[in-house]
Amino acid sequence: MTRPVGLMILSHSAQVAEGTAGMVSQMIGEDVPLAWSGGDAEGGLGSDLAAIIAKLTALAERGAVIVLFDIGGTETHAEMAIETLPDAWRERVAIAQAPLVEGAVVAAVEATSGASLAEVKTAAEGVFS
Amino acid sequence: MDITPELLGRLIDRSASAVQAHASHLTRLDQAIGDGDHGSNLARGFVDLSARQGELTSLPLGEALRKMGMALVMKVGGASGPLYGTLLIEMGKAAPEGRAVTLSDLAHMVEQGVAGLKRRGKSDRGQKTMLDVLCPVADEIAFAATAGDVDDLPSRVREAAADGLEATRPMQATRGRASYLGERSIDHLDPGAASSQLLIEAVIAVLEEAP
Repeated sequence: MTRPVGLMILSHSAQVAEGTAGMVSQMIGEDVPLAWSGGDAEGGLGSDLAAIIAKLTALAERGAVIVLFDIGGTETHAEMAIETLPDAWRERVAIAQAPLVEGAVVAAVEATSGASLAEVKTAAEGVFS
Repeated sequence: MDITPELLGRLIDRSASAVQAHASHLTRLDQAIGDGDHGSNLARGFVDLSARQGELTSLPLGEALRKMGMALVMKVGGASGPLYGTLLIEMGKAAPEGRAVTLSDLAHMVEQGVAGLKRRGKSDRGQKTMLDVLCPVADEIAFAATAGDVDDLPSRVREAAADGLEATRPMQATRGRASYLGERSIDHLDPGAASSQLLIEAVIAVLEEAP
């Protein structure tokens, strides 16, 4: 089996990002590569692009990554982080337009079954359908 | 127009002090229809630019603008960082190398900056964003460059920015955090448009003083 798709969880809030990652871990254990980033560099609400780039790069280096985000600005930061990746890795990363918590759990479950990046993205985005 | 290190330094300083002086006003606008962090976020980014002024102004213009843009992207934790950052980065990429900036150069730089901003924000005019100020400003500069008519360009740009800001008041937001408010975003000025208008004012004030 190929390596499962990894998950990058982004929120404006460190607690939300970490909490979501915790819920995912509880369901799937260590089977899926998982990273989270939340809050700005000063520990306030927002995004820290340097931290997102570092964590996303570490995940993308090892395989495909689905990115889940909470609202607005986090998506813009995610897009900028993806643009900094080497060309070969950039194609391995996709952003899911899905609710963060439910999307992350569904994506993780899908990833553990060996689904492709496109399948994981579709599952996350269809979580309420 | 020769953008000397000294002039670039004054542009950075004046922009930073304008954002700092109006930070609470921007925050109030953002509390009404956003998340209330616009003033403090932007001030943080521009204070950082001011602090690194020496390093930035010693660079060629294009590289200086690109570095300033990256600094805003990295420093500002809200969406305004990537948006203003992209504007400056794209303007920097379009800057001429090794010679003074002509009006055509400036028009091209602003046009490229605004185009990058539209891509980054997946947005266009009429959506109650900073583009409602920056697009009319870009149009005025482009018109002046084509017509070769620069006589009252500063006052026309000022007016375009002020009118563009006011035009966001009756709009309903369809991009950014304000879009969650739907019709309740109507009757408020857009905070991003307000900061863009402030920055345009600051830049024009410096350029008018320049010899």
